[in-house]
Amino acid sequence: MGLRPFEDVITTHGPTVLRVCRAMLGYHEAEDAWAETFLAALRAYPDLDPEANVEAWLVTIAKHKAIDSHRATGRNPQPVEAMPEGVGRGGTTIEDVDELWSALKSLSSKQREAVVYHHLAGLPYAEVASILGGSEAAARRTAADGVKRLRAIYEGVTP
Amino acid sequence: MSTTQNEAPEDGGAADLFARLPVVDEAAHERLHAQLTARAEAGQLVDVAYRTIDTPVGQLLLAATAEGLVRVAFARQGHDAVLAALAEKISPRILSTPGRLDTVAQEMDEYFAGARTRFDLPLDHRLATGFRRQVLGRLPDIGYGATASYAAVARLAGNPKAVRAVGTACATNPLPIVVPCHRVVRSDGTPGGYAGGQAAKRILLALESP
Repeated sequence: MGLRPFEDVITTHGPTVLRVCRAMLGYHEAEDAWAETFLAALRAYPDLDPEANVEAWLVTIAKHKAIDSHRATGRNPQPVEAMPEGVGRGGTTIEDVDELWSALKSLSSKQREAVVYHHLAGLPYAEVASILGGSEAAARRTAADGVKRLRAIYEGVTP
Repeated sequence: MSTTQNEAPEDGGAADLFARLPVVDEAAHERLHAQLTARAEAGQLVDVAYRTIDTPVGQLLLAATAEGLVRVAFARQGHDAVLAALAEKISPRILSTPGRLDTVAQEMDEYFAGARTRFDLPLDHRLATGFRRQVLGRLPDIGYGATASYAAVARLAGNPKAVRAVGTACATNPLPIVVPCHRVVRSDGTPGGYAGGQAAKRILLALESP
């Protein structure tokens, strides 16, 4: 079996990659990162190993796009005030996304990535480890620490 | 700040932390898809663009490369399977890009309304090769409203004995309707087989009959 049409990749993985971008970047930057991720993925797609884990591949690209985005806007980008068109109809509010995002920002970047890649994107720890570097066990520990910390923040803010 | 008492299991159990992010945000996805498509088109990254249209012979898949229309497929052929085959044979950089097929869709509409007797579209014939390509190359000679037998087309294609091969060429025509294989019928005048089904073939012949 060869590669599936790229449209299938967008349908299957687009929503998850958007959630990952939102968790890592907040509402506004997430959409740019998503678009950059899928554009880069489309460019490279014909050379992808048909056996590769497409979601892990996309998340890796998204990680790099997120780093680029942080570089472009400084270390602590502030949420933009203007609403993009169509916001609200989808049921997500910018506040919902940005509240989660600011909680995630208080984690170390490794913890944040481990939590998001495993618990949000659903990648197995072996894939998380290959994105972060280090062992599978280390990725598992980092994610567990991150979850503990995140829960503490939530319990503190909203009992 | 109090810490949580109920420890989450080491694995799983933390998906609830992301509950406020909808699994699918339709509005955002639609907006992002449109943006991506526009940028991919501008960067010439869409090797195969496609859309579907509703017609009297059912939903048709239309797919085009930079050269022109490359595939028309009936619903019964399985659009997913057809797109998967295009990914293998042409390129997996396939996107739903309706805008690029506006002209094709419009000519199809006119054809089905009886207002158009020939298509005026750039075509990409790469999916047909050899004798099949030769056969399909003769079909536009059969005018709107006319029919020809498989045997007659075999003669036209320069191989009078290849009647069965003409049948195969018609059955595997990558551009049905536009390349009018529906005008090739049995010697006894009955329609014969058709990739879109015999009913579709009858509809097309009736549409074109004077």
